[in-house]
Amino acid sequence: MTMAQTAGAARTFPQGEPIIQCQGVHKWYGEFHVLKNIDLSVAKGERIVICGPSGSGKSTMIRCLNRLEEHQKGSIIVDGIELTGNLKNIELVRREVGMVFQHFNLFPHLTVLENCTLAPIWVRKKPKAEAEEMAMRYLKRVRIAEQALKYPGQLSGGQQQRVAIARSLCMSPKVMLFDEPTSALDPEMVKEVLDVMIGLAEDGMTMLCVTHEMGFAKSVADRVIFMDRGEIVEQNTPNEFFNSPQSERTKLFLSQILNH
Amino acid sequence: MTDNVHTGNVHTGSIPDERPPANTVGPVAWLRNNLFNTWYNALLTILIAWLLFKAIPPLLDWLIFSANSFGTPPQVCRQEGGACWTFVSEKLRFVMFGTFPYDEQWRPLITIVIIIALVLASCDRRFWKPWLGLLWIAGLTAVGVLMWGGVLGLTYVENTLWGGLPLTLMLSVVGLSVAFPASVLLALGRRSQLPAIRVISVTYIELIRGVPLISLLFMASVMFPLFLPTGVNFDKLLRAQIAFIMFAAAYMAEAIRGGLQAIPKGQYEAADALGLNYWQAMGKIILPQALAISIPPLVNTFISFFKDTSLVIIIGLYDLLGTAKAALSDPAWRGFYREAYLFIGVIYWVFCYSMSKYSQKLERDLHRGHRR
Ligand SMILES: Nc1ncnc2c1ncn2[C@@H]1O[C@H](COP(=O)(O)OP(=O)(O)OP(=O)(O)O)[C@@H](O)[C@H]1O
Ligand SMILES: [Mg+2]
Repeated sequence: MTMAQTAGAARTFPQGEPIIQCQGVHKWYGEFHVLKNIDLSVAKGERIVICGPSGSGKSTMIRCLNRLEEHQKGSIIVDGIELTGNLKNIELVRREVGMVFQHFNLFPHLTVLENCTLAPIWVRKKPKAEAEEMAMRYLKRVRIAEQALKYPGQLSGGQQQRVAIARSLCMSPKVMLFDEPTSALDPEMVKEVLDVMIGLAEDGMTMLCVTHEMGFAKSVADRVIFMDRGEIVEQNTPNEFFNSPQSERTKLFLSQILNH
Repeated sequence: MTDNVHTGNVHTGSIPDERPPANTVGPVAWLRNNLFNTWYNALLTILIAWLLFKAIPPLLDWLIFSANSFGTPPQVCRQEGGACWTFVSEKLRFVMFGTFPYDEQWRPLITIVIIIALVLASCDRRFWKPWLGLLWIAGLTAVGVLMWGGVLGLTYVENTLWGGLPLTLMLSVVGLSVAFPASVLLALGRRSQLPAIRVISVTYIELIRGVPLISLLFMASVMFPLFLPTGVNFDKLLRAQIAFIMFAAAYMAEAIRGGLQAIPKGQYEAADALGLNYWQAMGKIILPQALAISIPPLVNTFISFFKDTSLVIIIGLYDLLGTAKAALSDPAWRGFYREAYLFIGVIYWVFCYSMSKYSQKLERDLHRGHRR
């Protein structure tokens, strides 16, 4: 119970070998300071949930990790490669980092199967048959194999999001980033997507997940990070985070999302 | 009570299904709804019916009933009135092949067949494979050999003698197939992150779009020679072809840019996040979707360029329209404008309408299944 006394932000995570290391990361959109001095280290196999009010910079932060957004100060090292302007390095990092978007972003002109095999074939240079076999394996895993020949537009939101997860998994990533994967879904479809994510977590995937699903955070996260106005305000184990939040801002945020 | 279960169109509810009221279906209802629904529409309907009644019988009479069949000599035609289709049969080879040596006209004929076959093959999506490019190279080489000759025992034919349909087809098919990839690059260039490439693309597109095609054709024939060392003679046909390519590329680039702009940002992000490089993301994700969206404006450009090839007449090349006009200058056949223009009009129309039809089919195929 010594941890409860230290402020969350001061606690040192992680214990294992880091796969992502951010140090003093800043980002601006024009004059607007979106990310302020982000220090974050993620261990292999760690499951992190990121929460915070709208506009606090959660999406921006995880999008910096595969350089969909560029940071202007500080350093981000992913899987031993520092993210700079070097395009080759960026592509190398992106191969190892899967990303699942709020709006799925499946490729509407390709079938579900083609969505899943495209990157393995063209980026990993896998033979087509092998890529298809692997895609079918992951599609089975997200329980959607029977829809493999359909187009994304023919699937429900929950099904599309599961395909998007399978598409990322087909690249055998070392880290998976999720940006509010369930917030564009109808309530009855949220569970099917969360179940897939829980399955992934149980298999030891390193995950960073921006979500407001606090049940998910409590059951699978090793660590919950709270962001507000571009800063990491507090981070702690789910248990500590929810039961004894340290900062006023966290308390206010928790009271808002838990009371509706 | 769960009454909203339905199978097909039959509701098994507590209220029995009824037929719609009789006055809302059937031909009379259709007439009333579409032609006579208001007093001014009724007036318009009657007016148009009267105009058609006035215009169609004389037209049909000229075209068919009083028309002189093939073989009637022109003097007889002139006396009788009515269309003189002998003009078409008599001048067919000249209109089709221009001044190409008469005994060698099987060569442009095969050229037409090869070009149409290549285009038809390219229309089938199953053939969209790398070897299609090789087929085109082989086909166009064959076309070059046939038209120029000078090898394989074929007599040499200078390209100033080329004319008619092969010229029209070559200018448009070669022109559009070179301009199309160029326009894709220009459209991508205009949206490039690299300022130099963006500026070059924008400048090019805006400069070329800002001048009329005719002036570009003139410039191609009078300005290019200025840049060349004296004595180097640059082929007139090639100059026209280059002018066409430059012009078509600028126009198509804008059509494609419209398609590119319609692709949501999420598609670029998903492609990037998977580690695809720029060309893979464009080639596999963005362009297939953007081009599918751009089909209507692209076909618009294709059709207008196919017809605009007839502008080469101003720099002294005889395309289909040019040969038809030249045929009319034969003293024996002077004055049969209607027959001449109608005939080539039909040829142009057949090609343009096929393009339009094919594009509709392609659009349907590409959109099948993946409409959001
Ligand atoms: N491209 C951009 N240009 C300018 N400002 C931006 C841009 N993208 C995001 N912002 C701003 O940056 C801030 C952080 O955005 P971000 O999307 O990271 O927030 P978030 O925490 O993910 O919020 P939400 O929960 O609504 O998704 C917001 O105030 C947003 O308005
Ligand atoms: Mg967000």
